[in-house]
Amino acid sequence: MVTVLLPGPLRGEAGGASRLNVTATGTLRAVLDEMAVAHPRLARRIRDERGELRRYVNVFVDGEDCRHSGGLETPVKDGAEVQVLPSVAGG
Amino acid sequence: MATLLAIGTAKGLFLATSTDDRRSWEITGPHFPMTGVYAVAVDTRRSTPRLLAGMTSSHFGPSVATSDDLGASWDEPDQAPVAFPADTGVSLGRVWQLMPAGPDEPDVIWAGTEPSALFKSTDGGRSFELVRSLWDHPHRPQWEAGFGGQAVHTVLPHPRDPARLLVAMSTGGVYRSEDAGASWAPGNTGIRAYFMPDEWPEFGQCVHKVARDAGNPERLYAQNHHGVYRSDDDGRTWSSIADGLPSDFGFPMVAHPGRGGVVWTFPLVADGERFPTDHRCRVFRSTDAGGKWEPLSVGLPEGPFYPAVLRDAMCADDATPGGVYFGTRSGSVFASRDEGDSWSTVAAHLPDVLCVRAAEV
Repeated sequence: MVTVLLPGPLRGEAGGASRLNVTATGTLRAVLDEMAVAHPRLARRIRDERGELRRYVNVFVDGEDCRHSGGLETPVKDGAEVQVLPSVAGG
Repeated sequence: MATLLAIGTAKGLFLATSTDDRRSWEITGPHFPMTGVYAVAVDTRRSTPRLLAGMTSSHFGPSVATSDDLGASWDEPDQAPVAFPADTGVSLGRVWQLMPAGPDEPDVIWAGTEPSALFKSTDGGRSFELVRSLWDHPHRPQWEAGFGGQAVHTVLPHPRDPARLLVAMSTGGVYRSEDAGASWAPGNTGIRAYFMPDEWPEFGQCVHKVARDAGNPERLYAQNHHGVYRSDDDGRTWSSIADGLPSDFGFPMVAHPGRGGVVWTFPLVADGERFPTDHRCRVFRSTDAGGKWEPLSVGLPEGPFYPAVLRDAMCADDATPGGVYFGTRSGSVFASRDEGDSWSTVAAHLPDVLCVRAAEV
């Protein structure tokens, strides 16, 4: 089981939940793919139609920015915590 | 009967409603706060008008939502309404244009996007499919991006012939279809591209906006990146109608939806000086298809005025007499209920106005 932590602006796409439990493990891609099945609108806020992370969305796996640890292929173990955070952007 | 004015801004959608023949307005919003609303449409072909909004979050990407209760509630599909197929290898930047088709196709909505592409919906704007013929056009690798991005920003269905369709993009220019979008040909003859070595290319022009005449659907008006033009042959060839304007630079071009030959624009000094001409807030109107132009400023700010008006930030409604509206990059929105003769302020201090659309609802 993996816990996905959601930022405030995205909780409305998950029924108001601040965290979701996902059974998939292995890679970040697998976690996000499973999350997309139950929450497709949440998923497309995080990744575009190519499946790539949106430029100003950051995802941390156990505190490590996935962009520095393998991107969507970042290993995710059972019990891991995946945190989605909007980056500092906008005017 | 009420008039609805939808105002897309850099930080959300505002909806202004008037129930006293456009004398006063009540405003709600922002809907979709902190998203750039580059495209909005009021589809009055249905028994219940449908609003469509194309919004883009700088964090969470683009989408399209619809409302069948005049904006009281919005519905956004689970699956992305506009998305590029996997084999294209690209992702949607934003929706620049949402355009209901003609009366013969009540469920068809066209969407122009960044990167430059055309999408078609046959379910009233709930889902869209890429128009492959334009995406696969051999010219596409040579279409360039302007400062605002590479986008199809104008889609003009023909009011009497569903087979005919015109799009315009920056840069790339005008493309026309006479077979319901199965094939496309450039329609830029006569439009100058001063920024290219060959100033009269087949395509590559930076057309800012195109509008279709109400009385004669073969007649079109174009505001170019320097150059104001008219076509009398459905976009095949163009000739200048810039004489009489203080500048041939600007972004919007709006045709009266019911009266032929009437068109409005908002000139800026030049590409390198994007201020209103003479630093004054003035709309210019022609009532003879671009032969002569007159400045309109009664009721508009009188002092020095510097904000620009973007390509979709001017529109007309379908009332009689016609209403005209425009919004500025400084967040002001102005309305005329007498075809531009006089103006009043609808809103001020909004975020940058990106687009406006108005209709009787």
